[in-house]
Amino acid sequence: VRFFEFESRAIVAKVGIPVAKHGFAATAEEARRIAEEIAGPVVIKSQVLTGGRMKAGGVRFADDPDSAARDAEHILNLEISGHLPRGVLVDSRAEVAHEYYAGVVWDGLRKRPVMLFSDMGGIDIEQVAEEHPDHVVRAHFSTLRPFEDWRAKQLIASLGISGSRLNRLTPIVARLARLFLRFDMTLAEVNPLGELADGSFLALDAHMEMENEARPRQHDLLHELGVGDEETRQAREPTPFELAGEQVDAQDHRGVAGNVTEFDGDLGLVIGAGGGSLTLFDAVRAHGGRPANYCEIGGNPSVRKACGLAKLVLSKPGVDKIAVMMSIVSNTRVDIVARGVIKACLELGYDPAERIAIFRIPGAWEEEGFKILDRYGVEYADRSVSLHEAARRAVLKIQGPGPA
Amino acid sequence: VSILIDESTTFIVQGITGREAVNLTRECLDYGRGAAIVGGVTPGRLGRDVHGVPVFDTVLQAVEHHGAPIDGSVVTVPPAFTKDAVMEALAGGIKLIVIVTERIPRGDVAQMIEYASECGARIIGPNCLGIIVPDVIKMGGIGGPAKDAAKSYTPGPVGVISRSGGMTTEMSSTLTAAGLGQSTAVSIGGDAIIGSSYAELMPLFEADGRTRAIVIYTEPGGRMEAELARYVTASSSRLPIVAFMAGRFMDEMPGMSFGHAGTIVEGKEDTASEKIARLAEARIAVAEEISEIPALVRHATGGAL
Repeated sequence: VRFFEFESRAIVAKVGIPVAKHGFAATAEEARRIAEEIAGPVVIKSQVLTGGRMKAGGVRFADDPDSAARDAEHILNLEISGHLPRGVLVDSRAEVAHEYYAGVVWDGLRKRPVMLFSDMGGIDIEQVAEEHPDHVVRAHFSTLRPFEDWRAKQLIASLGISGSRLNRLTPIVARLARLFLRFDMTLAEVNPLGELADGSFLALDAHMEMENEARPRQHDLLHELGVGDEETRQAREPTPFELAGEQVDAQDHRGVAGNVTEFDGDLGLVIGAGGGSLTLFDAVRAHGGRPANYCEIGGNPSVRKACGLAKLVLSKPGVDKIAVMMSIVSNTRVDIVARGVIKACLELGYDPAERIAIFRIPGAWEEEGFKILDRYGVEYADRSVSLHEAARRAVLKIQGPGPA
Repeated sequence: VSILIDESTTFIVQGITGREAVNLTRECLDYGRGAAIVGGVTPGRLGRDVHGVPVFDTVLQAVEHHGAPIDGSVVTVPPAFTKDAVMEALAGGIKLIVIVTERIPRGDVAQMIEYASECGARIIGPNCLGIIVPDVIKMGGIGGPAKDAAKSYTPGPVGVISRSGGMTTEMSSTLTAAGLGQSTAVSIGGDAIIGSSYAELMPLFEADGRTRAIVIYTEPGGRMEAELARYVTASSSRLPIVAFMAGRFMDEMPGMSFGHAGTIVEGKEDTASEKIARLAEARIAVAEEISEIPALVRHATGGAL
């Protein structure tokens, strides 16, 4: 779950990290009101989940409420990488003396969270780490024991920071670390963390991402922020085709027949399981094929779900045939998938032998499955035909023999 | 002659009364020389049995009933309860935990792994199918029903480590068809944080005299392959490694996850092409197709196999 900046601000503020005076506005009028409340120069920032908003003109500086409203009006109608903003953040402009960076991420190798701190904030931390490695410090911490403030203090002090600066930064970084664990974040970042002329600190921007797997137990926070259960918050918004795939998968709880991603090719794929789907998608492309979609079947889905997925793919404009392929199955039953895809063809009034380019699923209940496929004249293959060979045959059927 | 488990390994199944767990128990009892499943745990189901395996409310009851320490546990309980089940097993002195459950938040996984390391225990998974020593024992759903597993797995000199459960079987089946059996195959799980990585299992294979080559299945996402490359370079390992990399198409789609929770291209280090380069630098052969793996194994071992 990726959070908008205004949501990330709310999360940070919730745990007691000071944030600049700001407000979220969905209309130009609301933006004006917030600017009036702030009663000073403001920044209007587009609320989109994609990067590069500064370059795209999604950030504007306004000196009074009237120009704030004008800028908001402009930004609210400005598409950034194909996305209209959710709204705008109206932010006060603080006099910043120095910018820091504070962040927490997972380290998959050490299998622990790691906090990062830098006295060069405001730019991408990876860039700082590359160009000024002596300005970034890191420390891993336990997930078993409660996070203790001294760990944050030790981290900050290791950059040579002392005095009241150290004492004011310590609770901010400690709260960020606790927030990371408490809300199941995969990324919790305050950048820049601004030091004002009076020596106080403010989170000027925050970036939070929560693990999808934690959505059920983080329901309270998501509800508080107004994040709907239907919002996927992935790298890109799902297409109607992909949403239809989710509906197929949600029909019942048995197994998986979904995780559909749309592509613009002509060969429909009904493939699985996790690693098998990755391998097969590569294999189709390696043989010059153009997949119409990615998907996954696994965990022994019902005939109804397999049928629903095959129907969805077969009905996609531009799709002429489907290839039904999986790595050797041990849990999913071959006969159930065979039944599902044949049912899909028949219900759409198609000849399975013509629409199913190849069926390559070896494993549990394969004899029964192959018997059904025989009856409908569908070409199938057992484990003696490799995943890549099956993909090659499917591509050949849809494109015909190549020039060479 | 194997790593992690052998014919004398005893284990329990936590969540044994669930539908998938009942099947898994049957499969393990039937496979090879028959697994010593000394108990199952489902809270509130004390006194039942699953295919003759006694069911207990707690791990402690299972240990007391067995009358000796139990080696392992296969954990297949819903994600919200997995952490507690694993902590209970670790507190009960169990040293090898196979976590089948998927969709466990990373915070829970990190806690389980941290506690396991304090207990001197090892976790395989989560989101994995377990471990198989061909014709001897399997611990987990790997390979499926005994008769299906017997088709794919045969005893031999190749160690298999895979981030995909299904592809563990696909690769082993390809090796078997080419006359190359497996010493042990381990499905390590598809999540971003897992109990045992390639590099962490390598010393075990290193110490297993029967293993003479390693085959791995890899994906984009994470830094486990770079860790393996570093291990191989630094340790002067005796074992040649052949890798297969799936998900090459994902390099064009940063920020999107496919196949497993752990596959997401976030930085430039975790792309398929970057990983292939890292592996190649460490002289790990990377197959373009699964069917090339047996020949690459034979080549890497100088024709000794």
